[in-house]
Parts: sequence; C-alpha cells; structure tokens
Amino acid sequence: MDVSQYLEIFIEETKEHLQSLNEHLLILEREPENEGTINEIFRAAHSMKGMSGTMGYKRMQHLTHDMENVFSEIRTGKLKAGSELVDILFKGLDALETYLENIQTDSTEGENDNEDIINALNNYLNVGLGKAPVQATQADKSVQATAVVDTDHGKMKFKDMKLEEHEKKAIVKAGMLGLNVIGLTVFIQEYCVLKGARAFMVNRSLEEMGEIIKLNPSAQDLEDEKYDLDYSAFIITKETPDSLAKAASNVSEVKEVVADYIKLSDVDVANYTAALNQSEGTSSQANQTKEANSLKNSNTPAAKPTSKPIANRSVRVDIDKLDVLMNLVSELIIAKNGLISISSNSNIMLENGFHEQIEYLERVTTNIHESVMKTRMVPIESVVNRFPRMIRDLSKSLNKEMELFMTGEETELDRTVIDEIGDPLMHLLRNAADHGLESNADRMQKGKNSVGSIYLDAYQDGNNVVIEVRDDGGGINTEKIKNKAIEKGTITQEQAMGMTDKDIIDILFQPSFSTAETVTDVSGRGVGLDVVKTKIEALGGEIEAKTRLGEGSNFIIRLPLTLAIVQALMVIIGEEKYALPLGSIQTVEDIQITDIKTISGKEVINLRGTVVPIVRLRSVLKCVEPDSEPQELTVVIVKKGDRLAGMVVDELLGQQEIVIKSIGKYIKNHKIISGATILGNGEVALILDVNSLI
Amino acid sequence: MEANDAKQFIVANLNDELFGIEIKFIDNIIVMQNITRVPKSQSYFKGVINLRGEIIPVMSLGQRLGNATLDYTPKTRIIIVRPEPQAAPLGLIVDGVKEVITIEAEAIEKMSFSEKDVNGNFTLGVGKYQEDLINLVNIPAVIFEKEIKN
Repeated sequence: MDVSQYLEIFIEETKEHLQSLNEHLLILEREPENEGTINEIFRAAHSMKGMSGTMGYKRMQHLTHDMENVFSEIRTGKLKAGSELVDILFKGLDALETYLENIQTDSTEGENDNEDIINALNNYLNVGLGKAPVQATQADKSVQATAVVDTDHGKMKFKDMKLEEHEKKAIVKAGMLGLNVIGLTVFIQEYCVLKGARAFMVNRSLEEMGEIIKLNPSAQDLEDEKYDLDYSAFIITKETPDSLAKAASNVSEVKEVVADYIKLSDVDVANYTAALNQSEGTSSQANQTKEANSLKNSNTPAAKPTSKPIANRSVRVDIDKLDVLMNLVSELIIAKNGLISISSNSNIMLENGFHEQIEYLERVTTNIHESVMKTRMVPIESVVNRFPRMIRDLSKSLNKEMELFMTGEETELDRTVIDEIGDPLMHLLRNAADHGLESNADRMQKGKNSVGSIYLDAYQDGNNVVIEVRDDGGGINTEKIKNKAIEKGTITQEQAMGMTDKDIIDILFQPSFSTAETVTDVSGRGVGLDVVKTKIEALGGEIEAKTRLGEGSNFIIRLPLTLAIVQALMVIIGEEKYALPLGSIQTVEDIQITDIKTISGKEVINLRGTVVPIVRLRSVLKCVEPDSEPQELTVVIVKKGDRLAGMVVDELLGQQEIVIKSIGKYIKNHKIISGATILGNGEVALILDVNSLI
Repeated sequence: MEANDAKQFIVANLNDELFGIEIKFIDNIIVMQNITRVPKSQSYFKGVINLRGEIIPVMSLGQRLGNATLDYTPKTRIIIVRPEPQAAPLGLIVDGVKEVITIEAEAIEKMSFSEKDVNGNFTLGVGKYQEDLINLVNIPAVIFEKEIKN
C-alpha cells in the first residue's frame, strides 16, 4: 500500500501523541494513581503503535509496542510508575522522537533499534510483575469473571470488553438504583461510506434511552472511523436489551445489533456495593462528589459524540497557502490605500458617494486582514508544552530541585513567530535553571524555599505579546558585570560611572561581552544572551532584563502580535516620508523650543514631571536641514519597556495601515530601519524602528 | 569556433566608459524611478524603489566601481539583475544602455590586477567588440560585498 500521502498526517499526529505522552508521564510521575492520565497515556501509545505499524516503521512500532505493554500493566495496577520507570519511559520517548526526526528528514526511521531501551523496559516489566504475582493473578481473575462468561461469544463481542474500575462501580451503582446495564454490539453494513457518522447516529439514538458508559473502540476512534464494521457499548438504561437493539437497528445502514444484560461477578458486586454503601453511609460531601465524578467520568465517552461538530471544525492548512492569502491581502490593502490617496486629491468623485464606498472597502479589507491574521495565530502552548519535561531533565542533570510554573499558554502568536521563539525561550529557561537558581543548600541557607521556582508567563499587552521568564534565584550582580566589562574594555571607567543598573544589564546582551567564557564565573549569566536578543529582534520584538540581587531575575520579551501589516503613524522628516509603527507610540506632543533643556550633553524635555530625552531624527537620518528652525517642535513620545523617549519629527501625516516589506539583504542598513512599505501613490516609505534609538 | 564559447552582454555606459553585463544576470531594464533614500547604508546604495509592488534596492554602478556618474538624465536606466538565479533582484543605475552584443570567448582578454586592488575583482576581463573595448562586469562580485582584508 502506498502510504506516502499519509506521511504528513502521520508526522503531525505522532508529534501530538509524543507531546501528550510527555505531558502525561510528567503528571504520572507526580500522581502514579491518576487513572485518567494512565488511560490517556495508554491511548496515545496505542494509537502511535498502530500508526507506525501502518506506515511500515517497524522499529518504531516495536518500541511503542513494548512501551505500551508497560503502560498496560500500569493501567491494570500491576506495575507502579516509579521515578526509575518514568526515566526509562522518557528515554523511550526521546528515541521515538529521534525516529520521527529521521522520518521527517528522509522518511525512513533510521537504523537504531534502541535495544537497550527495549531491554530495560522488558526487564522492568518482568521484575515488576515478578514482585507482585499475587496481585496479578487476582486482577486476571476479576477480569475473567466479569468479561468471560461464555467461551464463544459469537456476535456478542461486547462480552470481550474489559471494564475499568470506575465503570464497574458505575454498573454496581446502576444496579442499586434499579437500572439495567446492557451491553450491545452494533454491526454496520459493509458498503457503508460514513461509518463515523453512522456510529454517531446510533449512539445518539441510544443516548435518548440511557447513558452510554463505555464504548469500544473509543468515541473518538469511532468518530474518526478507526474501527472495522462493528463496535460495542455498555449502556445504563431503564429499557430492555431488545428495545435498545431495535432503536439502534432503526438507523440506516446498520446491519445488525445484538444486546444482552451485563452482570458483574458476585465478588465484584459485593466489593463495590460495600464500597458504595460505605461512602454513602459516611455521606461525606467529598465522597459524594467523587461518586458523582466517577459516574460523570464514565459518561465522558458518551458525551463526546455530541460534541463532534465542534471537534471537527478545524482544518489543517499549509502555512504556504496562508502566506499566499496574506500577500494577496497585503496587495489589497496597498490598492485600497491607493484609492484613498486618489480620492483625497481630487474633488470630482466626491458627490458620487465615492468616499462611502472607499470607507466600506477599508472596513472590509481591515476585517479580511484580521481574519487572515487570526488563522495564522497559534497558541503558544505548542511551544512551551515541552518545557516542563526539559526542566525535569535539567533538574536531574544539575542536581537541583526546581519547579516550572507556566501561565498563559493559551496566548496566541503568529505561526512564524511560534516557530522561532522556542529556542530563545529554551535558552532563557536553561539560563534560569543553570545559573539563575542557586543550589538547594544555598537556598536553604538564605532562608528561601529549597526548591527553586521558574516562572514562564505569557500574556497579551495591547498590540504586543509579552513573555516573561522569571526565577527566584540569586539575581544578577551588576557590580561584578561592571568590573568585568571595564576589564574587558567593553566600557571605560568613565562610562561605567554614569551607567545605571539597567545600562549594565544591557551589556549582557552585547555579543562581545556575552560570548566570553569568563562571564559564567562572574555572574553566571550572559552566555548566549546576544543570540537570544538577535533572534527576538529579528522577529520584530525586544527583550529586557530586570533583576534584584538575591531575589531573582526577570527576562521580559515583547513580540508584536502581527508581523506583516501594522498600523503606523506617517511622518515627514526632512523632506522624506517615514512610518513609525503605532505599537510603541505613547503620545504626540507639541514642544516649545525653549522647553528643551540640556543635561550632560543630552537634550531632554520635562514632560508632565518626567524627564524624557529627545532624539533629533533629522540628524540621526542625515536628512536635509531646513533653513530656519521652527519655534515649536512636534515630538512623538515612544516607549520601550518603561523608558520613554521623544522623537522630533517635522510634520505628521496621519495614521495608516502599512504592509511591511523587507528591503533585502544587500543594503547594510542601520538597525533603525526595520523595513519599507509602499504607499498609496506607489512611493516607498521606510519604516523606522525607533526603539533601537532608545 | 563553438557557439558555447560566445556570451551575450548588454552594453551600458557610465560617462564614456563602456560596460558589459552578461545577459543571464539581467531581469529587466527600466527607466529612472523615484528612489527612496535609505539613511546610513553603504554610500553607493542610492536607496530602494517600488517595482510592481516589490521593494528593490538600487545601487549606483558608477560609485560602486569607483568612477562617479553624471547626474540623472532622461537616458539614465536601472538594470535589474539577479546575482544568482534564485537571489533577490537588485537595481544598477547606469547612464545609458546601448545594445546587446555577442562576444566570443577568444575576444575576451583577461586583465591582471594586483591583489591589493579591490576593484580588480569587479572586472571579468575586457571584451573587444568592433572598435570598442568593453569592461565586462563581474556581477556577483559587485553585489556581494567582500570583507576587505587589512
């Protein structure tokens, strides 16, 4: 079978499964008894095994198979998920990731059999089972007692279904309430095209008569048509098997439905009845809610089919296709801007309602732009969800106890940014774990919680998305950096005198400084921070650091929400038009020339009590100087982090939506020019990144 | 003589000097446009232009090669070139474009420059065509800046 066409889907889905396994294994390590997690792990491992088998990746299938065996034993309670086992499992996941990377590059899985991991898994399995033989046989018995009533079930396939603990409980509970528990198997016609839809319809008609507590295969698999021609279900209902079978048979393309009562073994019934009675006897609130939850839990598979329309409303789209769409929208906006500039120049069109139409067009293009941008937005979760695992590994390898707290994973960013932001964040987190946090003993001595905390917070702030990487470690020692910087000749003694703590921390981001090995000894910080900075600036963002000695450091990354199209303030400097992105603009002020003061050689103004340095853009950009200086200056106040600066411009033209275009690699432009845009009349205006001047 | 050895060039002039640019690099030749100055760039880059919605950097070939050009005249042209087939386009300002010629390989004379002469790298050789001598421009060298070793 030619499976190459499924390769992309396989890769995507395997990635998702691996991620889910990573996350749930972390939870499992903390809560070895968490049933939902175990089931989730098992499900993911199982589908991965199936998928890799289908695609013909034998090594991958082999490894997942052995991992699945372990998961399955954990699920039945025969094995405990200890730290040692989780370590092996994580190694297995890493190996799977390597397979996947190989598949991504050349669509073969590679040669590595990962025998050691497979052996370790099997050893653990054998030892673990050997230790608890009694428990194992018991579990086996109970399974047999419940499910194996008849040796030959024939069409009653539901009798082969294994029951989970909570499901048994639900069944016993139903029995106590005088409800029937009915198992049934539905057979679909061979020629049925939409098996998923049929299963959904059958389930819906069954749900009208009772509650589906279990489906085999799962509701999700049924929906995705991952089943042959039959599936089984357990239902708690007042009805009889016959009436259920009849109702299900009424759905077209259903070939046959067989149903029967489900009885648990007497041992089970006695056990669970006792448990239930006890919990009801004490009638503690907690227990009741627990019961309610367990019933609810067992209902979730049944609830899923009804949510199908929502689950199916997303489509995977190739990012290239979106890029094309985005470019077209950009063209549309340029064309619209062209119309606007024509209409403002000629009076002829005015009476024909031309302006209303233009405004209408503007509204529509803005909306299209927004929707296209939204389709490109991806929650940051897809990047940060691998960090808990990373911190866990770091914690082990550095022998420091630490915990990662993340908030705002749902914050959305443009797909291109998401793809690029992972490495810088990883770098910052590593820095925080390695150098930021002190050793556990040191922390104890300082009276801190011995377990270090690292925080990753993401949130939206106006037109920016802010990501903060914080730690509660030792902070950055600015004095030491200062001395080192003077020693290295990065700054002079005189410069150092006038530097604020902030200026000093900024030194860390300088390439000449940070690549030096010695920095690690000084402050433990700064390794590769220049790389982080470059990367983030390439994404149109900025980074700043805050620190308090002894209390920790905070790295704050600000990224623009959108990359391609922004609102900008058009200004004239000298005789040229420039665009200032609105994102960083605070206010626009008219300043009398007499209000400009000079402090240590820098021009500043007093803006409502704040001293704000001003920048003469005309001289920065080497524009034509006019013959006479006006008495009043137009100053655009911009903000970077919590620093303000005033940019002197000659004239304001107004706000406009601009499409950012690169000016290419040939021109070695100064950082202040972040790109160019095409104006309505075809002129090119440069976009100024005023932040680089602050 | 094999046809393979012949190359086609577009002949452009800067002042009175003739330059040949191999036709495989050339995308387009356009008349002078409004150039938006890019502050703080290399001095021979005159700025950027809008060519059908694309932003294209434009350099003065004359300044790049070290001989100043005249002011822009109605004959001034921008030759849009790509140094590599997949590379982004770039404009070269010349004082005028004359004709397309074919020069046989044996009519090209290699020039030897001292290694210290940075601009020597910009010339592939001198082409002899009828009565004229044509400076054949090494386009990739002109566009991709080389670090000057001290």
